Amino acid sequence: MRSLTKEPFNLIVAGVGGQGNVLLSAFVGLALVNEGFTVTVADTFGVSQRGGSVTSHIKISKKASYSSVTLEGKADVVLGMEPVETLRALGEFGNPQVVVIVNPRPVHPAGGIPYPDLDLVKQAISGLSARASFINATDEALKMGDPLFANIILLGALMGADVLPLESGAMLPILQERFSGAMYDKNIEAFNRGIDLCRNP
Amino acid sequence: MASVIAADNPGAAVLLMGNEAVARGAIEAGIGVASAYPGSPTSEILPAIADVSGERDIYVEWSTNEKVALEVAAASSFAGIRSLAVMKQNGLNVALDFLVNLNMTGIGEGGMVVFVSDDPGAMTSGNEQDSRMAAKWFDNPLLEPENAHEAKEMVAWAFEFSESVNLPVIVRGVTRLCYTRGNVVLGDLPAGMRKKARFSDVWDMYNPTKSKFTATPSPVAHRLLHEKFEKAREILENAPFNRYSGPDNPELLIIATGVSAAYSAEAVDVLHLKERVGLLKMGALWPLPKKTILQWLSRTKNVLFVEEMDAFMEGSVMELWAGAGLHDGGIRFHGKCSGHFPPCNEQGADLVIKALTDILKIEHQLIDADYKREAAEYMRLVPNRPINMCAGCPHRATYWAIKNAIALDGRNGFVCGDIGCYAMGFGPPGFFQARTMHAMGSGTGVANGFGHLGRFGFDQPVIALSGDSTFYHAALPALVNAVYNRSNFTLLILDNGATAMTGFQPHPGTGVLATGEPAPVVDMEALCRATGAEVMVCDPFNLTETTQAILTMMKKNAGVRVIIMRHLCQLVKVKRKIAPRYSMRVEPEKCIGESCGCDRLCTRVFGCPGLMWDSRAGKAMIDEAICVGCGLCADVCPAGAIRKEEVH
Repeated sequence: MRSLTKEPFNLIVAGVGGQGNVLLSAFVGLALVNEGFTVTVADTFGVSQRGGSVTSHIKISKKASYSSVTLEGKADVVLGMEPVETLRALGEFGNPQVVVIVNPRPVHPAGGIPYPDLDLVKQAISGLSARASFINATDEALKMGDPLFANIILLGALMGADVLPLESGAMLPILQERFSGAMYDKNIEAFNRGIDLCRNP
Repeated sequence: MASVIAADNPGAAVLLMGNEAVARGAIEAGIGVASAYPGSPTSEILPAIADVSGERDIYVEWSTNEKVALEVAAASSFAGIRSLAVMKQNGLNVALDFLVNLNMTGIGEGGMVVFVSDDPGAMTSGNEQDSRMAAKWFDNPLLEPENAHEAKEMVAWAFEFSESVNLPVIVRGVTRLCYTRGNVVLGDLPAGMRKKARFSDVWDMYNPTKSKFTATPSPVAHRLLHEKFEKAREILENAPFNRYSGPDNPELLIIATGVSAAYSAEAVDVLHLKERVGLLKMGALWPLPKKTILQWLSRTKNVLFVEEMDAFMEGSVMELWAGAGLHDGGIRFHGKCSGHFPPCNEQGADLVIKALTDILKIEHQLIDADYKREAAEYMRLVPNRPINMCAGCPHRATYWAIKNAIALDGRNGFVCGDIGCYAMGFGPPGFFQARTMHAMGSGTGVANGFGHLGRFGFDQPVIALSGDSTFYHAALPALVNAVYNRSNFTLLILDNGATAMTGFQPHPGTGVLATGEPAPVVDMEALCRATGAEVMVCDPFNLTETTQAILTMMKKNAGVRVIIMRHLCQLVKVKRKIAPRYSMRVEPEKCIGESCGCDRLCTRVFGCPGLMWDSRAGKAMIDEAICVGCGLCADVCPAGAIRKEEVH
């Protein structure tokens, strides 16, 4: 088991309902349990999944099961599937040491609510984090033929950033169990693409 | 991941969602029957059991409603086979009429667990409710787990407890328990042959509660219930789910239940208060283990109750303390009574930290103040993100047709809404059309009443909505009532082929069972016709035809008219790999945005998430990552700027 820089170590996955944050968080949790960590993964389900703002809280520990929600200002890593949602999560859970990996592709709110200037949002994300990597996951996923691959690309980026106590290889058995045949190949391609985008921006 | 639920691998640590842990606990206890009606946050329990129902020889069903689910499960227990019934808080209310008699009759030889989850913060519900209170007022044993692992252990233990007191046992969850994944250590699976189901045909004078399931004579049954309750209390005094950690004589004693115990432990940890503060974590709640509580009350002068929603423990413990005549001891109680916790919404460790720092007068700076100021500044950028119906959702089409039909009718018609994805119709996704929304089936029930107000001058046409699953659950009796009593309204049944909001579970109209096996279709259309109502079927994506149909039905102004709005849920289409029908684009030269008479109707009012407003260009755009090619917006755009092309 790799060492933890903090106890508990807090990862937050922020996005919009429907982007696949539940699946992504479950994958991270499964890999961590396989490595012997004690984790809690708290998801937003139900009505908020319908286009609302969603966060998953992943608490990683070597010794104990913690309560499911991250304390205010205590995120260690924020994985953002959408820029405004990443900023929203930083407002609640951010701190000067937080590391951010974010997909800069906006998902516009419904009802004609204007989306803020993307450059300002990106500046704010950088301003509120120790380090922010912008990973064009949706663009890459569209190139692969389905925007839903964005979440696996982001999972790859998270592994590529090497901020969790996990080797990127720890994710392979999880992907293998979940996907088969051509879907497995596509997801591995997306995963590796994410690692690459993070390491060679 | 499903196979883990029945993995024969005792001692292995696996990651399970709270709901999956409940399923695993029931399987380890050897249940033979599980029944439920879908309701988040509990919707994943039954599917987890259904996935392994073949290999574990378990009968599972999605029942038409929670009362039926409870009755199905109870019969199994009457015949000696352990059973599990699952429901959310609203479902408990539906099932209560049976449950308040079931605890009087007892459950027989087969243990019975009723898993009920509440939803503090109403994250997946229309209401907040503390179901623990029900256990108190109608006298039913109650347990509440702290995390996924304990949920599994507790459910398994609850079956034995249920059998030893001959009562159903409520295990209460909350959304954070049900929807948090955590490490669960697997236990043994039951081995060997299942015992034969048998309803006793021998009248046993000495043990009538195991051969006669009627709650009469009621005074006798009620007395027996209270006798059983005292036995249950003794068992709970020694239950493994009430634990104390901390000093022998704590300066402050926290009494916390369920997930609030985890919040409390974390707060004590963060504030380094282990030498000063004790934590009595309560999992076995009712009947109240009085001795356990009094023993700890006698060792402190300060008590803080941490529990979500109602002051269940707080009130019960203060009652106990006053009744025991210990108030001379001078304990100060804190919790909801002192304003440290609200009587509503979800709580968390942050709130416990705040309460502890206040009561114990300690300083604690959680967040860097400069950072917080800067973040607050940036938060001005962040827009609200209201929930919405999905791109391609047939409900958006139905609501658009309703909105236009009501406008064309011109008599201030309105919609009585109901529970499901279409409940969002009270807000922008349904163009503010739904004006009432209460319980399952209530749209039709309330419309019944409006339909009789003509004698008092009421002249507005009324439209009731019901989902397909909701129709079978509770709207059907209201429809029968409406025809019988000659009410006057139009019922629209939004038949999208699934119980969509909770995860696309099948229902009697789908031809599929909980296990995925084929089932007879209970024909909704024939059922409606059999009541005597006038019935027609529309595809809401034929907007013009649908609008006209609604208008025609509204204008009839007598009797009960039913339109079945039939179109498959878009998310089910994706699951079944049904390809998009159209490819969509905006012709930029035709879209003149804010200068158009429509003032960007598509994004401002219609609001499909697949449409974006490009504020720099002043034009609408299709978000190719979200659009599913339903084509509806092309029919809505008054300038003909949104174009659809059939995909071949």
